[in-house]
Amino acid sequence: MKLQPAYLLTLPALSFFALVVIVPLGMTLALSFHDWGPYKGIVPVFILKNWREVFGDSYYGEMFARTFRIAALVTLLAALFGAPEAYILNRMRSPWRGFFLLVILGPLLISVVARTLGWALLFGGNAGLVNKALISAGLISAPLPFMFTETGMVVALVHVLMPYMVLSVWAALQRLDPQIENAAVALGAGPITVLRRIVLPQAMPGILSGGIIVFALAASAFATPAIIGGRRLKVASTLAYDEFLNTLNWPLGAVIAVLLLAALVTIVVVANKLVERRYAQAFQ
Amino acid sequence: MIAGFVEPSGGAIRLEGRDLRAVKPAKRGLGIVFQSYALFPHMTVADNVSFGLEMQGTAKAERAARIAETLDLVGLGAFAARYPRQLSGGQQQRVALARALVIRPAILLLDEPLSNLDAKLREEMQIELRQIQRTVGTTTILVTHDQAEAMALSDRIVVMNQGRAEQIGPPHEAYERPATAFVANFLGKTNLVKGASVRPERISFAATGLAGTVRTRIFQGTHWLYQVETADGLITVIRQNSGAAVPSEGAAVHLAWDAP
Repeated sequence: MKLQPAYLLTLPALSFFALVVIVPLGMTLALSFHDWGPYKGIVPVFILKNWREVFGDSYYGEMFARTFRIAALVTLLAALFGAPEAYILNRMRSPWRGFFLLVILGPLLISVVARTLGWALLFGGNAGLVNKALISAGLISAPLPFMFTETGMVVALVHVLMPYMVLSVWAALQRLDPQIENAAVALGAGPITVLRRIVLPQAMPGILSGGIIVFALAASAFATPAIIGGRRLKVASTLAYDEFLNTLNWPLGAVIAVLLLAALVTIVVVANKLVERRYAQAFQ
Repeated sequence: MIAGFVEPSGGAIRLEGRDLRAVKPAKRGLGIVFQSYALFPHMTVADNVSFGLEMQGTAKAERAARIAETLDLVGLGAFAARYPRQLSGGQQQRVALARALVIRPAILLLDEPLSNLDAKLREEMQIELRQIQRTVGTTTILVTHDQAEAMALSDRIVVMNQGRAEQIGPPHEAYERPATAFVANFLGKTNLVKGASVRPERISFAATGLAGTVRTRIFQGTHWLYQVETADGLITVIRQNSGAAVPSEGAAVHLAWDAP
């Protein structure tokens, strides 16, 4: 088969992609099989020591479970809050719609670090604004546990990732013919039935694709878990970071990074396939 | 307004004696076919039709029977398990009709039901729509901008102009005896000769009569369309294509018609 000229045009982008994504990934994978010692450094040999350590020590299992538990919880909460938000946004008239869209997307313009630090300032320890207020009001005796907790991490991540869910659901809702809701009403459906049986099923592809985005971003998030969880409560990305930059055990860090990537890719691809198969007939 | 999605600024809407304005849209029990069909894209054809029955709380067995019966009526019996996306425009139209009819509405509302179909399909659907409507016998209100469609489908026409009813009557009467110039113009082509309206198909070429010259002649298959320049202005004439010789462009002719 003769190569179409159009394919040749993809060459520059393709080679760039290969250079900055495929090559480093391959090197990371190779690195995960190298040996490492505190005094000898990285030794380029092929051993399974690091893989055995990760799969053998329950610490790593717990850490991965925590990572995906947090990601799943964040996805669920983002859908629970984001979908109604998108629905309300879609029902708004201009100029309010534009204004609130800006309010929702505004946080994207601020660095994740700044947004997470905001949470830390509000809830962090005795000095946190909310804690101080609540303690001085006599409502609580000890500061609310937020820093270094999974709850804190979930709350901050939901806040950080919400815009992706809202945008995704909103895009799905915009394709919705407003007459369809009227049609359901004319057939005798009440407002709750319309939401549950007409609007929600049509927003579902948006909720699911938003969920895939939020899940992937939450599972691989670094800045938020690093600030809220610190060195005490680690997730996959912060652990890999620590192995690389603090312990200097690059090969072990590489194993964690590769595992995180592999797990994420598998989950996202499978979820995407399921979504596509479920909605292929109705929506394509 | 009849469906209840827009509030009327005044007056009353009465159905069998009760005022519909006091009834919520969901409780009016009207069968509506929307211009965009507004089918539920995430449901199969059968589920679309079933929705109204479920809202009425119809028992499952009866529901199935009525869905099958209505789908057969619109000729979609074999498509029950399809999704709207997988159907053609004409088929989607039938699903919308079935969905509206299955609840046995007091009134069937058709909002420009055929405007999204191509010309040939529209004609077919016109005939079919009329047959279905005759079969079920439901009083039907059809909103359309297409005067041919209005005349083909209805027993009674209300010609509206800027929110006012200009004439109410059977199509034939509205066409033959238009109450206003707007009605005359809207329902088919018309010539205004010395203040009187003369339909183009009523004018024939004769040996005597209004003298004129044929400006343009257009062949339209079943008939010829002429524009004849006369002392009374440009007059449109439509003659049936009988296969006989016809005046050519530039020919001098005389026009005759019976006084309306």
